[in-house]
Amino acid sequence: MRIRSIATMGSVAVIAFVLIQSPARAQSALPLAATTIPSTQLIQPEELKAILNSTRPAQPLILQVGSRVMFDQAHIPTSEYAGSGSREDGLDVLRDRVKTLAKSRFILLYCGCCPWNRCPNVGSAYKTLSDLGFTNVKVLYIADNFGSDWVSKGYPVAH
Amino acid sequence: MRIKRFSGTRILALRWGFTILFLTLVLQARAQTSGTQSLVGRRAPEFVRRDLTGHNLDLARLHGKVVLLNFWATWCAPCQIEMPMFARWQEQYGPQQLAVIGISMDDDSEPVRRMIHAQRIVYPIAMGDATLGQRYGGVLGLPLTFLIDRNGIVRAKFQGETDPGKIETSLRNLLDSH
Repeated sequence: MRIRSIATMGSVAVIAFVLIQSPARAQSALPLAATTIPSTQLIQPEELKAILNSTRPAQPLILQVGSRVMFDQAHIPTSEYAGSGSREDGLDVLRDRVKTLAKSRFILLYCGCCPWNRCPNVGSAYKTLSDLGFTNVKVLYIADNFGSDWVSKGYPVAH
Repeated sequence: MRIKRFSGTRILALRWGFTILFLTLVLQARAQTSGTQSLVGRRAPEFVRRDLTGHNLDLARLHGKVVLLNFWATWCAPCQIEMPMFARWQEQYGPQQLAVIGISMDDDSEPVRRMIHAQRIVYPIAMGDATLGQRYGGVLGLPLTFLIDRNGIVRAKFQGETDPGKIETSLRNLLDSH
């Protein structure tokens, strides 16, 4: 009798543990595909170039959420490296960077490590900012990679 | 009168000189900035790195071999497809003096070590950085593979997801030419 009740309690504990853990695991599943980003939130390279060249006062905060090694080689002027979106520690860097910003701040994310449908970074980074309540987040659509779709086109680059 | 004509010619020459100089500088700066200056047909930038097993990886010491130099990263999905194939080629074409080298563009080496262990990659892998990337024209998209001939000249460059048959054909052509 005693053994049966211990076994029952054990089973209940295991089921409860699984139920508690499952949603958390699902939420932190990395990486999210770039294709999960709504198309209305995408911005084309030529649009961003026009924004950078404009004198509009509200310039976006531009964050590269891909690779530090690539950022160090070439990046969009004024952009900052904000951790790799495919890693939880990278997303912590992103969360930390935006923690003091107004939720309406215009933030532009980009990566360009790989072809768009293969990029492991921008999807999770976008979702992280959305979950934090940011309402004006755009993502630079880079079809192939940062080299071909930005640098080689002669768009502004900083090193 | 004579002095005036001489001055005119000189001014014209100076104008042309400045124009050519200006255009050269602009084109050079643009090529350097954009990384579009192709390495194909030029000597492969040499480098010495310590690979992840602690051995020296010196490109200059591979003269006489055909080198497949692959830039990759653990987060690059197409790279994961290519690497086991490169490992097979190393085994298959090794007797014909093929040397496959992997340069990881990851930010740190731990995930790289885990991946090469899991995928049983036996060819040398070293960590890359921005300096090496810039020397190879800017590694701003992965995967990126160069084929270097036995004399150290870059003969082909493959950027992004590439048909493996295309790379292998170029590779075999290089291996067959002495």
